[in-house]
Amino acid sequence: MATTTGTPEANEVAGEDGVRRRDFIEIAAVSAAGVGGLVMVYPLVSQMAPSADVLAESTTELDIGALETGQAVKAVFRKQPVFVRRLTPAEMQAADAVDAESLRDPQTLADRTQEGHEDVLVVMGVCTHLGCVPLGAAEGENKGEYGGYFCPCHGSHYDTAARIRKGPAPTNLEVPEYTITDTTLVIG
Amino acid sequence: MSFPWAKEYEPKYGLTKFFDEKLPLPRLVYNAVGAGYPVPRNLSYFWNFGVLAGFCLMLQIVTGIVLAMHYAANADVAFASVEHIMRDVNWGWLMRYAHANGASFFFMVIYIHIFRGFFYASYKPPREMIWLLGVVIFLLMMATAFMGYVLPWGQMSFWGAKVITGLFGAIPLVGEPLQIWLLGGYAPDNAALNRFFSLHYLLPFVIAGAVILHIWALHIPGSSNPTGVEVKQESDTLPFHPYYTAKDGFGLGVFLLLFFAFVFFLPNILGHPDNYIPANPLSTPAHIVPEWYFYPFYAILRAFTFDFILPAKLWGVLAMFAAILVWFFLPWLDKGPVRSGHYRPLFRKFFWFGLIPTMIVLFICGGAPAEEPYVMISQLATAYYFLHFLVILPIVSSIERPDPMPYSITEAVLGSDKKAVLGENAEPVAV
Repeated sequence: MATTTGTPEANEVAGEDGVRRRDFIEIAAVSAAGVGGLVMVYPLVSQMAPSADVLAESTTELDIGALETGQAVKAVFRKQPVFVRRLTPAEMQAADAVDAESLRDPQTLADRTQEGHEDVLVVMGVCTHLGCVPLGAAEGENKGEYGGYFCPCHGSHYDTAARIRKGPAPTNLEVPEYTITDTTLVIG
Repeated sequence: MSFPWAKEYEPKYGLTKFFDEKLPLPRLVYNAVGAGYPVPRNLSYFWNFGVLAGFCLMLQIVTGIVLAMHYAANADVAFASVEHIMRDVNWGWLMRYAHANGASFFFMVIYIHIFRGFFYASYKPPREMIWLLGVVIFLLMMATAFMGYVLPWGQMSFWGAKVITGLFGAIPLVGEPLQIWLLGGYAPDNAALNRFFSLHYLLPFVIAGAVILHIWALHIPGSSNPTGVEVKQESDTLPFHPYYTAKDGFGLGVFLLLFFAFVFFLPNILGHPDNYIPANPLSTPAHIVPEWYFYPFYAILRAFTFDFILPAKLWGVLAMFAAILVWFFLPWLDKGPVRSGHYRPLFRKFFWFGLIPTMIVLFICGGAPAEEPYVMISQLATAYYFLHFLVILPIVSSIERPDPMPYSITEAVLGSDKKAVLGENAEPVAV
């Protein structure tokens, strides 16, 4: 095999520690390529996350001055429905009459509303089961067995404080972050 | 790779000789689906469905590429572009109806193909790898079909996407960020539609690659057969061409008659009218259901309505995926020495009177609204489904006494096998 003994690789003499220059170059080159490849994974994964224009739709303003007791409106926040309801005294009583600790997702009505605006219930109109829009915000829709919201997809019943009472949903309807100034509701 | 009596490819002409030297593609075809591939002589029509599934894949790829030439993956115009295909594009209606019904027929064919495997225990050694690859192909098909159904951007498209990506939200801790990452937003929108289109175009080619591996793995032990007795001698086999090219050709003709009956006369019967309503993120259809081929798994998803350590929602998701993942373990769950259900009396009873009715019940419940009695029935059926694979099958296959089997495929077909008793190459009969 005269040809192979002529290659630089075969001629190279290992140092005292048994490591050749070539070993170092090999490891350095493969590491650089490997790290470079790994670095490319980050943008490849991150490109799938919400883009800037999607994130920019992160606040919604709503005038709730005209919202009368017992009425609800559907708004859109982050391309998803939000239910804003002005609860009737009866609905608030019904929500307070339940022992919160006995619920699947223990929360009182006060936990889910803001001080001074206990009658304004703002929840995402997204069932916590698999994301359908529950019924009950518009007039004449099925409000479920507990008088709040009812998800037609897999039969989750929410009470007047939009807490899960029956069905497969694991948690109460989500309350988004919001502020109320006078009659203006700002979500997000 | 093949039996010793397989015919060898002999190029006769200048051009075929040239090719055989430079790129032996004709030889590959000859050995794969030509006279060079010996196949058991007793295959029934249940063995047609592999070829039919391959045909469906080609049909979906060809019609799909055509549709992609006219479709626009943008949430503002996607629905309209599908209507444009239906009304304006020359023969667009044919391409779309063939593609939509093609998906349904692909699943019909694949379900028969899979249940053929269940009955004849085709997953048993030495064919485990073929089976495992088959389950992978089925999972890829489900992902592809789901993403394809989203593209028309109708109500069922939108809400299907929302519910299915919502499944990932059930995973503890990472679920919600994962769901937002998958969708590229907080609800299905342009970002989700575009990536689903991209992946829907990609995955069929991944499936085609997996199919090549599936066939490659098949050609090492060769096809199984209805007796489950392995090929022993040349008289047990026939060359694939012309015998099975003809048989598969006949089967394909019957399949096409049925397929085009649907395409021409019942093009929407397997779909949902709601998907002709443009997607509306603020209004959920009263009754969200997936396409019919997902009904059994959708029923399993919805069967879990109570929390037990983990939330009900997570149980449903886990069970739905487990219902398919359990198939990966079949070669090791079925412990019986005999393959074919024809010689396994107890196994056969649990197949026809246990598994098949359970699948039908799950199918019906998956398409029914989420209310009693369907919820309870699907809970019982789900319990039986897992019981069948994880308990009944291992026990039955361990204790069962199989019926007497023919010595060879030749004996099964001709009633006797001279080699079994006389011939100089005869092997001792296993008792």
